[in-house]
Amino acid sequence: MEWTRKKPTLNMENSNDQEVYEARQGGGLLRLSPDDNVLIATRVISAGSRVEIDAASWILKNQIGLGHKIAARAIAQGEKIIKCHVAIGSATEPIAPGQHIHLHNMKSDYLPTYDRGGLV
Amino acid sequence: MKQNFNGYLRGDGRKGIRNQLLVVYLVECAHHVAREIATTYRDQGAQVVGFSGCYPNAYADRMMSALCTHPNVGGVLLVSLGCESFDRKKLAATVAESGRPVNTLVIQQHGGTRTTIEQGKAWAEQTLAIMKNSPRVPMSVDELVIGTICGGSDATSGITANPAIGRAFDRFVAEGASAIFEETGELIGCEDILEQRAVTPELAKILRGSVEKAARYYTTLGHGSFAPGNSEGGLTTQEEKSLGAYSKSGDSMISGLLKPGDRPASGGLYLLDVVPDGAVRFGFPNINDNAEIAELAACGAHLILFSTGRGSVVGSAVSPVIKVCANPETYRNLSDDMDIDSGRILEGKATLEEVGKEIFDLSIEVADGRLTASESLGHQEFVLGYKTFEPTGPACHPTSG
Repeated sequence: MEWTRKKPTLNMENSNDQEVYEARQGGGLLRLSPDDNVLIATRVISAGSRVEIDAASWILKNQIGLGHKIAARAIAQGEKIIKCHVAIGSATEPIAPGQHIHLHNMKSDYLPTYDRGGLV
Repeated sequence: MKQNFNGYLRGDGRKGIRNQLLVVYLVECAHHVAREIATTYRDQGAQVVGFSGCYPNAYADRMMSALCTHPNVGGVLLVSLGCESFDRKKLAATVAESGRPVNTLVIQQHGGTRTTIEQGKAWAEQTLAIMKNSPRVPMSVDELVIGTICGGSDATSGITANPAIGRAFDRFVAEGASAIFEETGELIGCEDILEQRAVTPELAKILRGSVEKAARYYTTLGHGSFAPGNSEGGLTTQEEKSLGAYSKSGDSMISGLLKPGDRPASGGLYLLDVVPDGAVRFGFPNINDNAEIAELAACGAHLILFSTGRGSVVGSAVSPVIKVCANPETYRNLSDDMDIDSGRILEGKATLEEVGKEIFDLSIEVADGRLTASESLGHQEFVLGYKTFEPTGPACHPTSG
C-alpha cells in the first residue's frame, strides 16, 4: 500500500468529490478507547477516500470493510495492537498511520488464525 | 414497561416461560421416529431433542436430565431403539419425580417404526391436552435465568450487539435475575480483567484456571473458535474476538462458575465453563453454537440472547432465542431472522444504552409469550455431543452458602 501524507486543510471535504473520514461520532471511524492505536470503520470506506487522524490525513489505496481496523498512528513491528484498551495481538511489520490492519500485518499472541486458505 | 408476566408453574415448584412437549430420541437410531411424532404437533409446542451416541456418557446423561426437567418443559416422551446404552429408566424416573407427564416408547418392543410413531402421536395428543391446563402464575424478573452467546461474529459484534447485551445483563443482574455468559475459549486474552470481577479471591483463581484450561485445550487441538467468516468480517485474532465476546457479560461482579447442568444458586452473573476437564478427548468442545445454547438451557436459562454479526439464523429447542443483530448490512439482508437491530449504533441512530434497554424490554415480552423471530420461523435446533466434566466445588459457588 502507498500512502500520501497531506497537511489537513479546512473546507477540503468537497474537493474532488472525495469522501473524508474522521474518528468522531458520525465520522465513519470509531475510536473505542482513548489509548487504542486502531480505529474501527463503522461503514464501508471506499478506496480513494481521505482519512483524517489527529493532525494529518491519508488517501486510502484500498477499500476498508465495515468493522475492519486502520492504524490510528505509526505502529512499530512487534508492538501490541490495542483495541478497546486490550491487546489483541502484535504487529508483524511496521504499520503506517491509516493503514489497514489485518492478517497481513498482525498476529495473535495466543493461537494461529485460520482463514479459508488455511493457517495464516 | 411491565416487569411482571405469567409463567408456567411446574410440579417441582420451578416456573417456565414456555410449555414445550419434548420428544426425546435416546440414540440416533430413534431420531426419525421422534421427529415424525413431533412434527405433527410442532405448532402446539412439540420439540425434538436427544443424544445421538450409542455409548454411555455421564455428561450427556446430566444434560438430558436437566433439559427434560427444564421449567420451559411440560411433558416428555422418550423414544428408545431398545439396544442403546442410554439409561432410559433412570431418565424417565427423574422426569416423573419432577411432576411432569412422561412416557417411554421402545421401538424394538413396539412393533417398529410405524406403530411406534402411531403410539407416540396418540400419547403426544393426549399429553398436549393435559399440558394446556398447566397452571399459570405471576412471575417476576428476579425469577428469570438469562443466557447469552454470540455466533457468526464479525467486528461489529464486539462494538454494538455484545456491549448492548452487556447493558441488558447489568440490568438483569441489578434486578435479581441470574445471567449466564459462556465459552471460556472466547475469553482467551481476557484473564486479567475477568479475574478482577470475581466476588472472592478463590473464584478469581477458578475463573483464570477455566480460561487457561480452554487455552490448553485449543492449543492441543491447534485451532481456536476462530472461523474464516470472522476474519472476513474484520476480526484478526482470537483475542480480538474474545474481547468482543467478553463484553456481553456487562460490568457486574461475577458470582460463580457453572458447568453444564449446574443451576445458579441465586441471582447474579455466572460464567459457564463449556470446555471439558481432563485430557483432550471427543474433539472440539463445541462443534457449533447450538451445542452451547443447549448447555445454557441445561443450566436453567429460560431464554437466550444471541448476538450475531455475519447473521446466524438459528433458534433452539427448550429455550427461545432472541437474535441481536450487530451489523446494519446483515440486518437489512436478514431482517426476518432478527429481533433487534443493534447496528443502529454504528449508523448513529441509537446509543448502546437505548439498545440495551430494548433488549431487556423485549426479553420481558418474550418471557410473557411473545414469539421470537426464530420461534415464529419454526427453528428449534438442538445439538448434544460427548464430553467429560469434573463436578464443580464449593469455591465455584461462593453465593450459595
